[in-house]
Amino acid sequence: MPKGRVVINEEACKGCALCVSACKQDVLALAESQINARGYHPIEYVDPRERCTGCGLCAVICPDAVITVYRQRRTPARANTVVTLS
Amino acid sequence: MTTPIIPVMEQLEDIVYSRPAALAECSTHYCPGCTHGVAHRLVAEVIDELGIAERTIGVAPVGCAVFAYNYFKVDFAEAAHGRAPAMATGIKRVHPDNVVFTYQGDGDLASIGMAEITHTAARGENITVIFINNAIYGMTGGQMAPTTLPGQRTSSSPLGRDVEVMGMPLKMAEMLAGLPGAAYVARRSLHSAKEINRAKKAIRTAFEAQLAGMGFSMVELLSSCPTNWGLSAFDSLKWIEEHMIPYYPLGDYKVAEGIEALSKN
Amino acid sequence: MTKELLKGNEAIAEAAVRAGVEAYFGYPITPQTELLEYMARRMPELKRAFLQAESEVAAINMVYGAAAAGARVMTSSSSPGVSLMMEGISYIVASEVPCVLVDVMRGGPGLGNIAPSQADYFQIVKGGGHGDYRLIVLAPATVQEAIDLTYQSFDIAERYRTMVVILADGNIGQMMEPAELPPMHAANGGHNGQRASWALTGAKGRPHNVITSIYLVPEVEEQFNQKLQAKFRKIAENEIRYAEYATEDAEWLVVGFGTSGRVAQTAVKQARAKGIKAGLLRPISLWPYPEKRLAELANNVRGILVVEMNAGQMLEDVRLAVSGRAPVKFYGRMGGTVPLPDEVLDEIIRLTKESNS
Repeated sequence: MPKGRVVINEEACKGCALCVSACKQDVLALAESQINARGYHPIEYVDPRERCTGCGLCAVICPDAVITVYRQRRTPARANTVVTLS
Repeated sequence: MTTPIIPVMEQLEDIVYSRPAALAECSTHYCPGCTHGVAHRLVAEVIDELGIAERTIGVAPVGCAVFAYNYFKVDFAEAAHGRAPAMATGIKRVHPDNVVFTYQGDGDLASIGMAEITHTAARGENITVIFINNAIYGMTGGQMAPTTLPGQRTSSSPLGRDVEVMGMPLKMAEMLAGLPGAAYVARRSLHSAKEINRAKKAIRTAFEAQLAGMGFSMVELLSSCPTNWGLSAFDSLKWIEEHMIPYYPLGDYKVAEGIEALSKN
Repeated sequence: MTKELLKGNEAIAEAAVRAGVEAYFGYPITPQTELLEYMARRMPELKRAFLQAESEVAAINMVYGAAAAGARVMTSSSSPGVSLMMEGISYIVASEVPCVLVDVMRGGPGLGNIAPSQADYFQIVKGGGHGDYRLIVLAPATVQEAIDLTYQSFDIAERYRTMVVILADGNIGQMMEPAELPPMHAANGGHNGQRASWALTGAKGRPHNVITSIYLVPEVEEQFNQKLQAKFRKIAENEIRYAEYATEDAEWLVVGFGTSGRVAQTAVKQARAKGIKAGLLRPISLWPYPEKRLAELANNVRGILVVEMNAGQMLEDVRLAVSGRAPVKFYGRMGGTVPLPDEVLDEIIRLTKESNS
């Protein structure tokens, strides 16, 4: 399985948790102990066992485009490209 | 697909997904879990992929998406309720080389703006329409929409939509697809990652149809309204799947000759 | 330049064409239809945009779009059709986009009839749409004046980023008169051939432009209203237009606009022939209204007669301007009828008798 990770813009997150339900690796959770400036519990990325595959489903379903998804390269670096999901 | 590289934290990592450049760097006013945000993001992604941000002009509706102009980094007008297609027509007729799209909800497009959308489609106006169908009036607080399902409770149909009194909900994609001027009309849903990806492809096709000068294109998007449906964000997506899709089947309702070839390029 | 025999509606259309109008959107309604028909021929000939909209509602919103896109654009209609445009007019003024509307008024209320009327003074001059807004309203009395005002109207609209209305009536639209057309300007969008910096043209090499009329925060909406009002004050200072006839020594003043002003001028001439020192003030800009000039004249006359093709609408502006300086009487015909010079003359004579007794 590829390795990945996500970065969540917690200040812009509204805590709707759709990403939590979309994540097949169970690495996202509502941060119930945190509240952002807009008054929402944001989603946090909790992945101690490095299960995230960088599949991007969380970002696809996120209504607020607050998730950036990274995936480790399997092959040596290609020049200046990023892969999109389409 | 090639986009400019964004600095990554490690050399051996690719960015698989990041916020599209055509989307403004601000939070939306939409409620948590509302799929308007998904629709915005998909439109922005398509604008980026087609490289048309510098020549796109959007027209926002009256409804929850009234502030859409704040969320896209493209020129935008805010229309009167239902009149976005007329306004877009005026823009397109004087700037035929610009890419013009409207973003409208169901009250805006299918109720008060029925005449404008119908005639814009009938003329084969070379614009793209993003139509958000969430079966309710969101901005005014959950009243019955022309797309509210039979029996669906809203604040103005508190006992459920009585079709004997209010008639049946309107199927806009089917209706507009019947007009000769329509080049591409499709219905998609935003209730799952898989359907969201399919919706994006349809939006891309709709914009490509416009770029090819083929005429009117519209993508109807089944969208959620957790706040006014009284459901969680997650249950709202299930509600789309279980209640909306049976009445509003997904699919391509009009694919004019030449459209399929567009997406293969 | 030579004079040609021109029909009002067509002359207005050609004047707009020569002013460089780039797009016309309209809907047929008597008695302005010839304007639309003329544009249907003329605009495509010049490779400019013409579209017969599905309704006046759509037409005004197409105008709104094209104006937001920075184009010189116009529409035309008549009373019931203009009623349908009111929503769009309010948005256009609130969004500060320039455009021109020609309203060839007909008899009302309701479906009324297709005969000439001035019963939409309140609607156009005082409001009609929602919110605190003003329209620059220009009322021609001849075909020549209709041409000249239409020709200037686009520059005025662009100068202030607002809507100018040519308020004509069925007479002006339908009659034929010898008139001279102005020279042809290129359809270059005004603004010296450059699209305005605020126009929606695609955000190339600049931040994105937005044309909107919503300000949710009351204080912000109030600030915007203050800005609009400041603009209206500037317009009121600069754009007052009127014509006078025989006012130098007038003891009796007649006030009328458009067709009734023209009829009144004949009556004033007849009164002069009878030895009555009558004069005429014919407001051309109905907003801004020539209230200062009217007040000056009111100081020197013994009585004022207002003549209109309605139940007394501009009459209210006359009374406000005169502020009791002189007695104000009214003579109006309604429902699509036009006052005859003899009727107005009788009213002038009655005014002199009543004021003498």
